[in-house]
Amino acid sequence: MIEQKENINNNSFNNGEVVIEIGHLKKSFNGNNVLKDINMIVNEGENVVILGKSGIGKSVLIKCIVGLIYPDSGLLKVFGKEVVVMNSRELNILRTRVGFIFQGNALYDSMTVRENLEFPLRRNKTITDPHVIEGLIVDVLENVGLVDAIDKMPSELSGGMKKRIGVARTLILKPEIILYDEPTTGLDPLTSREISNLILKIQNKYKASSIIISHDLNCAKITSNRMLILHEGIMRAEGTFDELKNSNDEWISSYFKID
Amino acid sequence: MLNIKKIFRNKATKSNHDEFDLSRFKNTERFLNEIGGLSRFTSIFFRELFRPPYEYKEFLKQSYNIGLSTLPLIGITGFIMGLVLTLQSRPVMTEFGAESWLPGMVSVSIIREIGPVITALICAGKIGSGIGAELGSMRVTEQIDAMEVSGTNPMKYLVVTRVIASTIMIPILVLYSDAVSLLGSYIAVNMHGFISLPLFINQAFDSLHYFDLVPATIKTFFFGFAIGIIGCYKGYFSGNGTEGVGRAANSAVVISSLAIFIIDLIAVQLSEIFHVFTM
Repeated sequence: MIEQKENINNNSFNNGEVVIEIGHLKKSFNGNNVLKDINMIVNEGENVVILGKSGIGKSVLIKCIVGLIYPDSGLLKVFGKEVVVMNSRELNILRTRVGFIFQGNALYDSMTVRENLEFPLRRNKTITDPHVIEGLIVDVLENVGLVDAIDKMPSELSGGMKKRIGVARTLILKPEIILYDEPTTGLDPLTSREISNLILKIQNKYKASSIIISHDLNCAKITSNRMLILHEGIMRAEGTFDELKNSNDEWISSYFKID
Repeated sequence: MLNIKKIFRNKATKSNHDEFDLSRFKNTERFLNEIGGLSRFTSIFFRELFRPPYEYKEFLKQSYNIGLSTLPLIGITGFIMGLVLTLQSRPVMTEFGAESWLPGMVSVSIIREIGPVITALICAGKIGSGIGAELGSMRVTEQIDAMEVSGTNPMKYLVVTRVIASTIMIPILVLYSDAVSLLGSYIAVNMHGFISLPLFINQAFDSLHYFDLVPATIKTFFFGFAIGIIGCYKGYFSGNGTEGVGRAANSAVVISSLAIFIIDLIAVQLSEIFHVFTM
């Protein structure tokens, strides 16, 4: 079994600035140690996929990064600043730079697609001109290929469309880091591939760094620059998709057997 | 044989007694946790209430939702309440030869007690459960988290607006309900005789004093606040899944209904004390 590594030295993003730095992070819920000792970094412009069984704490980890959950101890720096000590103002500024795509999309079901996309813009008061806002909404919807859905309610959209609108809502603030919580879960293989390609397209167009939580090996193969396997509260393996797939370690290669 | 039975019976009784005590302790702990949680939630509400930015648009939207959507229900129940109360009281009043006191008796009953309490209970059922279910489903589908990561304070945007809207709209709904109830009472009086509307209003308001109106109106603000804050609290911290949403809506109604009676009890006692001191 590959030991946990703290230094990354096997990818092309090594020279980029470190945007997320996590060291010895711990989090427990009611005495259950979900995250025991997490160490990882994410470089600028890099897509990192985290694999792991359900309920192992992958979502907890990315929720810690945006301050939705506070870790019990450990280092957690985003853009060089410690998240845990940030006040609400600093946290709000951070959250405009870090996008989060929820597993269930979390679209506001009382609002139309347009209002869903307007919401983060108006809340952050970066742009107030309605024409500019409209232009941004149309632009971001063109990127996800759903301009026609602008006046629809979330209940009128399919699973894949909701996922795309969720991505569009995150992209509208032009985040520098995007956290995807199981972006292809519950989608058919074709739509999953479309979403995976969209993640890749976003990486190329917006030059954003990403952490992608996934069970979907096809998604991991398409989107990842580097992969980590979370097991029993620590990162047990690390490498590119091919490195891990061709690993001599039986435990690691077992993750790729269904492919 | 008899002794063994007796011993078993004693043991069983002792064991049941222990379990009963333990469960009672757990319920007490749960109750105290709930009170603590609600108190903390209320203190956060007051902290966010006075801190800018203020969510005027969402407040107006919630006031419209809470006020206007409840108006027909309050109107119908208020009208029936006034009508039934008058029809039920009429035989007794007639028997004592006090039929002419009917408008006064009904107006005092409705404005002092029945109107505010019944209207608040209806609002607890409609508004409290609505807020609990809405925020509960937003919590379950991670919409509250999404709001937070998009740089919006959900406490300010969702909770403060709904609680303030409920605190302001419920007294207005109570006043509307009182007016419609008196209209129902006027119609009921006219079913068995004739009384002109100006005379009915004159008789109804002759029996009312300053001390009937003011405490009855003040307590409705507390009713509105209780309905809003309890609905928001139960929804905001609802459990996972549809079961959690259902439970949040249900407990929002149960706890706010109980709170209405407790507030009413306190309000009546305080107004009595105040009345004695100012006489």
